Amino acid sequence: MSTMCIVDYGVGNIHSVMKALKLYTDNVILSENIDNISKATALVLPGQGSFAAGMDGLKKRGLIELIQKKAARGTPILGICLGAQLLLEIGYEFGTHEGLGILPGKVVAFPELQLGTKIPHMGWNSLTPARPALWEGTALKSLTKDPEMYFIHSYILQPSMREHIIAKTTYGGLTFPSVIGKDHILGCQFHPEKSSKEGLKIIENFVLSVEGT
Amino acid sequence: MEGLRKIGSPVDLAKKYFNHGADELIYMDIVASLYNRSLDYDLVNSVANELCIPLTVGGGIRSIDDINKALHGGADKVAINTYATQHPEFLKEAVRHFGAQCIVLSIEAKQHNTGWEVFTEGGREHSGRDIIEWTKEALSYGIGEILLTSVDYEGTKKGYDLPLLSTIASIATVPIVINGGAGNAKSIRNALEGGADAIAAATILHYDITTIYDLKNELAEYHIPVRKT
Repeated sequence: MSTMCIVDYGVGNIHSVMKALKLYTDNVILSENIDNISKATALVLPGQGSFAAGMDGLKKRGLIELIQKKAARGTPILGICLGAQLLLEIGYEFGTHEGLGILPGKVVAFPELQLGTKIPHMGWNSLTPARPALWEGTALKSLTKDPEMYFIHSYILQPSMREHIIAKTTYGGLTFPSVIGKDHILGCQFHPEKSSKEGLKIIENFVLSVEGT
Repeated sequence: MEGLRKIGSPVDLAKKYFNHGADELIYMDIVASLYNRSLDYDLVNSVANELCIPLTVGGGIRSIDDINKALHGGADKVAINTYATQHPEFLKEAVRHFGAQCIVLSIEAKQHNTGWEVFTEGGREHSGRDIIEWTKEALSYGIGEILLTSVDYEGTKKGYDLPLLSTIASIATVPIVINGGAGNAKSIRNALEGGADAIAAATILHYDITTIYDLKNELAEYHIPVRKT
């Protein structure tokens, strides 16, 4: 039987993530425990707050190598917001910090945007596929055209490889990667669990992809 | 309580507004500080359980532990007014703990001859603070959002306080949610064009004068981008 595990590494509102997953599966737990996370057939990395605080939270619990190993072995991982940022190699929030490095790339502050653009980028904004028909076969399949999601962030995902960008979003004149991933790894800069019905489709698709295997 | 009316259960209202396409929900116990009581965190949790959109809660928040309880109850952001006006450094501490994205400064503004004063307790108590100085000070602590309520306009349905809005918009570097006075779609358009990043409405929705669904359709006719639901 499959068990999904939301990794509790001490940052942010994890309850809404749990609530959203429970709409689609009973086999989900919230844990910071190494054994539970080892056994899990899929991981969800939630999170809000700074890159450094996130990595510290994982380090304190001895989870960094474990998550890297599971990613390498093909365990599906869904990263949300900070959890998506941690998938990359380096973060530049409050200094330079090493990330999980599951995907090559870095996390940087928004560059200068159009005059009057406010940071954090907070609110609803739409996703467009980075390339045509790219969403087929990913957790973004079955979304409506230009689906709107809830964003709340000051730093952006910068994967090194173009093929790891799945969706893009435009804010203050800048188009940035809003969904990244490859194979079994997916990172969403926005909060699907807070993004009403369209966001929940991503959660549902992720659950189906895990439980279908 | 004087001047307050019961209009229904917060849980039922949350369900209703979510179904009508609200983009975000604000749940406030506006007199929590007045009675020196805390938010009802179980109720916050029940409200949060009805939603998969962002939830801001406020009322009587005066410690890091209070914010933790609100977030664990399912809130995404907390709005702080009274305690911040008394202990401004608390805003800094809260931002450091939870990040700017989590900390909303709630301002209750009441007009006087030469400007606006910051009030607390749903417009009952003076804080003695001038709104411009207070906003600047709070911004320096790193708050992530401003919930700006005009006490004078609340419940009037005559449109938002645009002079107040433009005063704060000219100095704010973070999103402003304007509150107090929501009337028809045109009044909302005026606020969005007058410097608001989002608008909050209560009376016109609580009393079913209109619905979020209808307002969004009317705003779309004005070519204002709205989230379709």
